[in-house]
Amino acid sequence: MASIEARGLRKTFGTTIALDGVNLRVEEGRILGLIGPNGAGKTTALNAILGLTPYQGELRVLGRDPWTARDDLVRDVCFIADVAVLPRWIKVSQALDYVAGVHPRFDRAKAESFLARTTIRRTSKVRELSKGMVAQLHLAIVMAIDARLLVLDEPTLGLDILYRKQFYDSLLNDYFDRSRTIVVTTHQVEEVEHVLTDLMFIDRGQIVLDCSMEEVESRYLEVMVNPEKMSAARALRPIYERQVFGRSILLFDGVDRQQLAALGEVRAPGIADLFVAVMSSRSGGTQGAAR
Amino acid sequence: MNTESNVAREALDSQQAAPAVMSVTRPFYWSIRRELWENRWIYIAPLAVAAVFLFGFLVTAGHHVRTQMRAALTVDPGKQRAAILLPYEIAAGLIMVTVFILTVFYCLEALHSERRDRSILFWKSLPVSDITTVLSKATIPCALQLFAFALTFVTQFIMLLLSSAVLAGSGLSVATLWNQVAFYSTSLGLLYHLVTVHILWYAPIYGWLLLVSAWARRAPFLWAVLPPVAIIFLEKLVFDTTYFAALLQYRFSGPETPSFNRGSGSMGYMTHFNLGNFLATPGLWMGLVVAAAFLFAAIRLRRHRGPN
Repeated sequence: MASIEARGLRKTFGTTIALDGVNLRVEEGRILGLIGPNGAGKTTALNAILGLTPYQGELRVLGRDPWTARDDLVRDVCFIADVAVLPRWIKVSQALDYVAGVHPRFDRAKAESFLARTTIRRTSKVRELSKGMVAQLHLAIVMAIDARLLVLDEPTLGLDILYRKQFYDSLLNDYFDRSRTIVVTTHQVEEVEHVLTDLMFIDRGQIVLDCSMEEVESRYLEVMVNPEKMSAARALRPIYERQVFGRSILLFDGVDRQQLAALGEVRAPGIADLFVAVMSSRSGGTQGAAR
Repeated sequence: MNTESNVAREALDSQQAAPAVMSVTRPFYWSIRRELWENRWIYIAPLAVAAVFLFGFLVTAGHHVRTQMRAALTVDPGKQRAAILLPYEIAAGLIMVTVFILTVFYCLEALHSERRDRSILFWKSLPVSDITTVLSKATIPCALQLFAFALTFVTQFIMLLLSSAVLAGSGLSVATLWNQVAFYSTSLGLLYHLVTVHILWYAPIYGWLLLVSAWARRAPFLWAVLPPVAIIFLEKLVFDTTYFAALLQYRFSGPETPSFNRGSGSMGYMTHFNLGNFLATPGLWMGLVVAAAFLFAAIRLRRHRGPN
């Protein structure tokens, strides 16, 4: 069953096109990384999915129209939009009281047990907590809500590496199960790389790459090409070429591994490198989009 | 029964039961509590004002009450009553004005601060609708007026007890004091005044402030004040009339019906009231309609306006 399904999703702000006919489908139980440069339309897409903004086109989230059925939908959906949106005046205990008061699917004991692992005191106000602690608090609240879809928009922006790692570890170990769906946008691609099951690149309001991580691994290969094999390598139409320590690294889409092994050292590309390759081939215009 | 279908049924039951358990009033109740957590000053400040006033009254009570009563006993009954009532009126007025000012600032902040600090993204991630949120914020101004009444009631009662103690100590008549103050009918009058004027008649003012608070990107106070001022100036300039100014004045000064008799200078306006006349004032109903329209617009703005 699809958690999110969009067809021809469009959103414009004045003359700016934020979403330009987006089609996407996210199955239940997947962890989707939505990656794109600043202003690509990530947050707009998430806002549409969360029913925070009206849109054109067709969009179903957990089988509902997120704009018209938002009050209904919000019981099954959780989101962390950006770090530090918890109100600064609220006390930790008040935040727990409030969510327990208004959310039918909130398990307070669970939130308390997550918090017990941190150094956050119940009597502290959010303004007294460090940025990392605020993120921990928000995550503890969200993980204690039995939701079917969790949306994370840059959930770790500005946190140090220890908090970032811990954030995704808890998400995977304590929260994720096969019946939930998670959508995450981030600039820190390397950290979510091993967490994701699906990958989507978005650029200027369009989806430019949409595949599962298995597909990514089987389709894309990176070769550190031996200098004498360069012309042979280029003949296989790499989608991207970069230099590292004087060696050329070429990225191929859908070329046989055996064939590439003859050219040099073959390995799976990182998402960050793949992202740069796909984006620059788009802006260069010499190559088609990566799909 | 195999366990799997049990588990499945339990899951189904809990899913169906959950929305039913969560009644409509619960999110509203918690929204009100959240307002009180965030804006503690709206009840602490009036308490502080009342406390300071009572302290001042306590310090001067001995001297004041005696001289006042002696002086009052020698002049005519009308002036006597006015003299005795004066401190009680000051207490009521002080609390009323304080609460009104706080209400204005509360309304201007109510839908603005959550956008300013982006916490609206957190509130909107929880199953509390925009209607519930805005209505809970619109409830606070009304609740504050009732709080002003309760606070005035308690303050005046303490004043009465203090005065009685002083009078009894100096051998003067406590009964005269209680007769003149007519505590319960005065309090009833105050409650009537607060409900009719400060809640019902002023409702469009609160509605306007809440709307501006939901709309303005910054400086909601200026946005609340400048447009009406601009309209007054433009009207004067273009048509050489002052209808809008008169309209605002009418709204702020209260309905000019015999329901309030302010002329006497005593607490008379609180004791001579006429609910029938008040309810028959078209301005009341028009004001309430306008207030409802403002609130409706505020709800729509909170819903449609993106988080930033």
